[in-house]
Amino acid sequence: MTVRKNQATLSADEKRRFVNALLELKRSGRYDTFVTTHNAFIMSDTDNGDRVGHRSPSFLPWHRRFLIQFEEALRSVDPAVTLPYWDWTADRTSRSSLWAPDFLGGTGRARDGQVTDGPFARGGNRWTINVRVDGRDYLRRDLGAGGRQLPTRAEVESALAMETYDTAPWNSASDGFRNHLEGWRGVNLHNRVHVWVGGQMGTGASPNDPVFWLHHAFVDKLWADWQARHPRSTYLPAAGTANVVDLGDTMRPWNDVTPADMLDHTRHYTFDTAA
Amino acid sequence: MSSITRRRALGVAAGAAGAAAGLAAAGSATAAAPRATAPEAEPAPASFDEVYQGRRIKGGPSHGGDHHGGHHGGGYSVTIDGRELHVMRNADGTWISVINHYEPVATPRALARAAVRELQGAPLVPLTLA
Repeated sequence: MTVRKNQATLSADEKRRFVNALLELKRSGRYDTFVTTHNAFIMSDTDNGDRVGHRSPSFLPWHRRFLIQFEEALRSVDPAVTLPYWDWTADRTSRSSLWAPDFLGGTGRARDGQVTDGPFARGGNRWTINVRVDGRDYLRRDLGAGGRQLPTRAEVESALAMETYDTAPWNSASDGFRNHLEGWRGVNLHNRVHVWVGGQMGTGASPNDPVFWLHHAFVDKLWADWQARHPRSTYLPAAGTANVVDLGDTMRPWNDVTPADMLDHTRHYTFDTAA
Repeated sequence: MSSITRRRALGVAAGAAGAAAGLAAAGSATAAAPRATAPEAEPAPASFDEVYQGRRIKGGPSHGGDHHGGHHGGGYSVTIDGRELHVMRNADGTWISVINHYEPVATPRALARAAVRELQGAPLVPLTLA
């Protein structure tokens, strides 16, 4: 069984193998297909039209399926690798070991935001940004720019306490757990972390930064934590909702998986802590 | 490197994902998604045309069909040095772009300025693949 671990607990060997699997997916071109898919959904998911990957109830099951597919790709390179998660309520500064040269590398330099250390730095020539929205082909970050702060544990708890998964109008204006976690309303958890990292993470092509996967693995864990805390709550809406993925509707681009299929993560992986 | 349209990009995306899912028709379904409309209660934002930090930024009602990049700004488009910035209006009337996707701002002008600051002189490009 695949066990997803807190990135702060990984051994040097586990970090090295995870990084090497990322670099191999990048070298083969498989990595960039994930970036393309994500950006395509970011640009087409709208509050008043069809919405699948973002700003809608299926934000959580869509990304769960997306991460499972990515984890499978990593494991096809190295079966020992699993997706680590980044608990940004605990590892909340640019001095975290997450950003060290032996793992993801650090923040970008002042002049142009370019990441200059670690395996994904431009100088290593192993991480060219191919799927991009502007002319820059190097990884950029601006960790904590402008004095921004990552969400706190108390803010996470306030979202986990919500009993209702999601509410009409099932978009960025909704009340409920999903939208407070996604971040269009209230304490703003997921969106704020994208902005805190900056660079490509703030754009529609955010999976260009490998930290995307560690961030979303934690968002995914928070969904599992919420499920454990509210066993009588379930995914909403149930059926018959225009432009929105109901519990039993299939999700693009796979068209063979529904939110109902994604409710039990333990069929695919577990976490290193009791959920 | 070739620039590709959104429809093509979605086809590529669906094909990539479809390698596992066995599905290739998702692209056309998405490309045919209806254009979003601005919330009825929100007034149409003002047009603007200015030079900001050396970049020409323009915004106003858009005309014509759903060509490259698509329009989800409720019939409003923004350009930087003549190149389209993909923008989207949120249900609460705020705005995001493909450059600043996760941080809504109040107006298209503020959105264009935020993109200029983020670009640090780099040109916008249509979604590209190597």
